[in-house]
Amino acid sequence: MNYSLLTVEILTALLGLGVLLLDLWIPATSRKLLGIIAATGLGVLLVYAIGSAAPGDGTAFGGMFVVDALSGYAKGFFLVAGLIVLLLSIDSADTIHGYAEYCALILFALTGMLFAASANDFVLMFVALELITVTFYILVSFQRNRLSSLEAGVKYLILGALASGFMVFGIALIFGSANTTNFYEISTAQTALIKSPVFLTGILLTLVGLGFKIAAFPFQIWAPDVYQGAPALTTSFLATGSKAAGFVLLARVAFEAVPELTAARGHLFLGIGSITILYGSLCAIPQRSVKRLMGYSSIANAGYLLLGFGAASLAGGSAVLAYLGGYIFTVLAAFIGIQVVVSHQESDDISAFAGLARRSPWMAASLTVGLVSLAGIPPLAGFFGKLMILKAVAVQVGTSPMVILSLLVAVLGVVVGLYYYLGVLRSVYWPRSVSDLSPIPVSGTTKLALIFAVLGTVLIGVLPETTYQGARQAVAGLATPKSPATPASPPSATTQAAK
Amino acid sequence: MLTTLLLLPFAGALAVLLIPANYRVILRLVALITTGITVLQALSVFFAMQPEVAGFQLVEQAAWIPSAGFNYHVGVDGLNIGLTLLTSLVAFAAVCVSWDIEKQTKLYYFCLLLITGGAMGAFLSLDLFFLYFFNEIALVPTFLMMGIWGRGERKFHATYQMALYLTLGAMLALVGLASLYAASGANTLDIVTLNAWLAQHPLSSSSQRLLFPLFLFGFGTLVGLWPFHSWAAPGYAAAPPATAMLHAGVLKKVGLYALIRVALPLMPDGVRTWMPVLAVLCLGNILYCGWLALRQRDLALLLGNSSLAHMGFCFLGLASVSVTGITGVVVILVAHGLLAALNYALVGHVVRATGTSDMDKLGGLLRPMPVVGFCVVLAFMAGCGMPGFANFPGELGVLFGAWDRLPLVVIFAAWGGLLIGGVYMLRAIRSLLHGPVRAGLEGASDAGVGIALYWRSLPYAVLLVPLVFFGISPDTLVRRIEPAVIPIVKAAAAPSSPTLDTKSPSLTSLSPR
Repeated sequence: MNYSLLTVEILTALLGLGVLLLDLWIPATSRKLLGIIAATGLGVLLVYAIGSAAPGDGTAFGGMFVVDALSGYAKGFFLVAGLIVLLLSIDSADTIHGYAEYCALILFALTGMLFAASANDFVLMFVALELITVTFYILVSFQRNRLSSLEAGVKYLILGALASGFMVFGIALIFGSANTTNFYEISTAQTALIKSPVFLTGILLTLVGLGFKIAAFPFQIWAPDVYQGAPALTTSFLATGSKAAGFVLLARVAFEAVPELTAARGHLFLGIGSITILYGSLCAIPQRSVKRLMGYSSIANAGYLLLGFGAASLAGGSAVLAYLGGYIFTVLAAFIGIQVVVSHQESDDISAFAGLARRSPWMAASLTVGLVSLAGIPPLAGFFGKLMILKAVAVQVGTSPMVILSLLVAVLGVVVGLYYYLGVLRSVYWPRSVSDLSPIPVSGTTKLALIFAVLGTVLIGVLPETTYQGARQAVAGLATPKSPATPASPPSATTQAAK
Repeated sequence: MLTTLLLLPFAGALAVLLIPANYRVILRLVALITTGITVLQALSVFFAMQPEVAGFQLVEQAAWIPSAGFNYHVGVDGLNIGLTLLTSLVAFAAVCVSWDIEKQTKLYYFCLLLITGGAMGAFLSLDLFFLYFFNEIALVPTFLMMGIWGRGERKFHATYQMALYLTLGAMLALVGLASLYAASGANTLDIVTLNAWLAQHPLSSSSQRLLFPLFLFGFGTLVGLWPFHSWAAPGYAAAPPATAMLHAGVLKKVGLYALIRVALPLMPDGVRTWMPVLAVLCLGNILYCGWLALRQRDLALLLGNSSLAHMGFCFLGLASVSVTGITGVVVILVAHGLLAALNYALVGHVVRATGTSDMDKLGGLLRPMPVVGFCVVLAFMAGCGMPGFANFPGELGVLFGAWDRLPLVVIFAAWGGLLIGGVYMLRAIRSLLHGPVRAGLEGASDAGVGIALYWRSLPYAVLLVPLVFFGISPDTLVRRIEPAVIPIVKAAAAPSSPTLDTKSPSLTSLSPR
C-alpha cells in the first residue's frame, strides 16, 4: 500500500483538522489569522502538488484509488479553487459565525474533490461525492440567521439525498451485473456488459446522481435556488469545485469505465446537453438576482460541457477538461466581484451592482473578466473552451442530425448568454441611475484572490497550450490500463475484499 | 515588423491601464502617440511590401497551440495591406476626435486601443483561429463604448441589438470554422496550409454547400448583409464618433475580408451554389438600404444606411467572382473605410457643435463652420461615387467585373446605387449646409478657432488625403491587390469536386485498450 500517493489528500484533511484545533488557541479578535493559515497551507500544498506532479501512475486501495494524468490535472484546479475561496473568505472572517468551522468544511469538501479526482471505483466515487455533498449541506446553510440560506440548505439536502439514493441503487445494479465496481475491471468486460439491461440501468442511475452534481437537465432544478440562497462564498465553491468534481467523475465513467457505451450512445449526451443549454440560457434572461443568474449560467455551461461528452472522442474529452480548467478561474473571477458587492450591499440584485466601475474598478474588472469569459469571448478562457467543444462536436456532423441541432443550440445559447451577461455589465458600467457612488474598499487578500483568478482566466485564454496539452494527456491516459501493472498496489482482485 | 504593428495598440492599451485615471492629458497623449506610431509602422509596412508579387510577404510564424493545430502566423498580401493601413489611419483619427471626452477617460482609451488592436490582428492573421480571436476581442469594448459614451434615446436598444447581431454572426462563422477544421482533415486553420491542402483534397460538394452559408451569413451579418442589416444604422447613430468610425470604418470590413480570404478560395462548389443568392441579396442592400437612406431625416441614420448600400456593392463584387470585381471590392473596402470614418467624425462634430443630427433642425451650416462644411461636401461627393475619390475606381471595378455574369443586377445596382446615392447626398447637403442659417446655430463653432483649427482639422485631413490620393492614383492599391486576387478567383472557379458523402475523417473515438 503506497500511502505517498495520497499525500495531498491526507495533508488537506489534516490542514482542516488543524484549523479546527487552532481555533481553540487563537483569540476571537484575530480570526483572520485562521483563514490566512489555511490559505497559506493550501498554497504550499498546491506548490507541492504541482511540483510532484509526475511521479508516474500508481494505484492504491486495491485499484480503487488511482493517480494518473487526469487526477493530477484535476487536483491542480481543485486546489486553486480552494485556495481562491479561502483567500476570499478572510475578509468575512468576522461576519461568518463559526469561521474556523467554515474554513475546515471547505478543506474537507476539497478533500472530497481530491478523492473524486482519483476515484477509480464506483464505491470510492460515491464516498467522495458524499463527502463533498454532505459538507456542502452545511456550507450552504451556514448563515443560520438568514431564512433563505436555510431554505437553500434544506432544498439541497432533500434533492441531494434523492440523487444519492439513485446513485447507490445504480451502483448496486452495476455490481450485481458486473460483479465488480472497479472502473478498470468493468472496462475489460464492457463489450458484454453493455448488452445487459440491468447494467445499463445501473449506469443510467449513476448518471442521475452525477447529473445532479453537475446540474444537468432534468436534475438542474436545485441549482438556481441553492446558488441564490447560499452565502456567496459557498456558491463560488459550489459552482467551481463541486461541479468540476462531478464532471471529472463523469469523464472517468464515460471514458474509462464504459467508453464503448459512450461512443455508441453519445447522442444521449448531445440531447441532454442541448436541453440543458436551452433551459439555462432561456431561464436566465428575466433574472434580477445575480447569484440566481449565475445558477442558470452554471446550468447552461453544464450543457456545453455535456456536448463535449457527446462528441465521445479524445478531442471531446480534452475539450471538456480544458473548458473545465478555464471555467474554474472564470467563475471565481466573477464570484469575487459578486461576493464583495453582496457583502457590502447586502443585496445581489442587479441594481446593487450599479456604478461598480466607479465604486471599485478592481471588482468591476474582475466581474467583467469573469462574465465576458463566461459569454465565450476571446481573449479569455471561456472562448477557448467553447471553441474546442464546438470543434469536437463539428467533427461528428454527418453521424446524426442531433449533432447539427446541438450546434445550433450552442450558437443560440451563446447569443442569449451574451444578452444576460451584458445585462450585468451594463449595470456595472452605465447604470440608468446611481444613488450611491461611495467607493467600496477591497482588502489585500481579496485583491490577491482576484489576481489569481483574473490571471488564470486571461492566461488560459491567451496561452491555452499548457492546459490543452494537459487535458489531452489526461484523457489519453484514461485509455491506458492502470490496475495491476503497478507494483505499488496489490492485485485488483482484492477490490471486493476491500469492501 | 508585422508583430510590432500588431502589438503596438495592445501595448498602448496596457500602458493606459497602468496610468492613474486622473492623468487625463497623459492618457490622451499615450493613445495619440501609440496610434501615431502605428500609422508610421503601417506606412512602412505598406511600402516595404513588394507590389505585383503574389503570395504572402513579411511573414512571421510561431507555434502557439500546436496540440490543437493553431499557430501564430501573420503576413501581408494585396488583400490586407490596404486594410492595415486603413486601420491605423482610422485609429489615429479616432483618437484625434476624442479630445473632448471627459468621462472615464482611462476606460475610453483602453477600449479604443483594444478595438484597434483587434481589427489590426484580424487583418494580419493568416491563421483563421486568430482572425476570429482578434475580431471578437473588439466586441465588448465596442459594447462598453457605445453604452457609456453613446447618445440618443434609443441607445440601450441599439447597443444591445448590435452586440447580439454581431455575436450571432460571429458564432455562425465560428461553427463554420470549426466544421471546416473538422471536414478538411488538415488539422489546421492556417490559411496557407488549408489552401494547399484543399487544392489537393477538396471538400465534397455537399459539405461545401452546407458550410458556405455558415460563412456567408455569419460573416455577412458582421458586414450588414440584407436582411441582417438592421443593427447597423441605429447602432452607429447611437455610438460615440470614435466607435462608429472604428466599427463602420474598420471592423465591419473584417467580415468581407474573411469572406474573400476563406469562403471563396476554399469552397468553389459553395461559391457556385450560393453566389446567385448573394447576387439577389446584394440588391437588398443597394436598393432597400438606399431607399431607407433616402427617407432619413437624421444625418447619422442616413449615413448608416448609405454605408450599408455601399456594402451592397462589395457583395455584388463578391458575387461576380471575377478578378476585376473582387479587386474593386478590396478598393472599396479601403475607400469606404476612410469615407465612413470621415462621415462619422464629421457627424460627431456637427452633433457636438449643434447638439443634434436631425436635418430638420439644421441648415446653413456652411457659414458658421466652413472647414467642416467643406469636408462634408467632399465626403458626400465621395459617397455618391464621384471620380477623383477612391470609391469611384472601386465601384467601377465592381460594376465592370460583374457585367459579364450578372448584367441585370448590375443595371439595378448602377441605377440604384449611383442615382439614389446622388439624390440623398445632394438633398442632405442642401438641408444641412445651404440656405439660411437656422436660428441658434449662428454661433456653432467650426473645427476650431485660430491655431486650434489646424490640429482640430487634422483627423479630417488624415482621412481625406488618402481618399483623394487613392482616387487619383488607384494604381497604388490595384497593383498590390491584383496579384493576391488572381489565385483566389482561380481557386473559386476550380472545377467541381466529385460528390461523395463526407465520412468525417477523424472519428477518433477513444479506443478501449
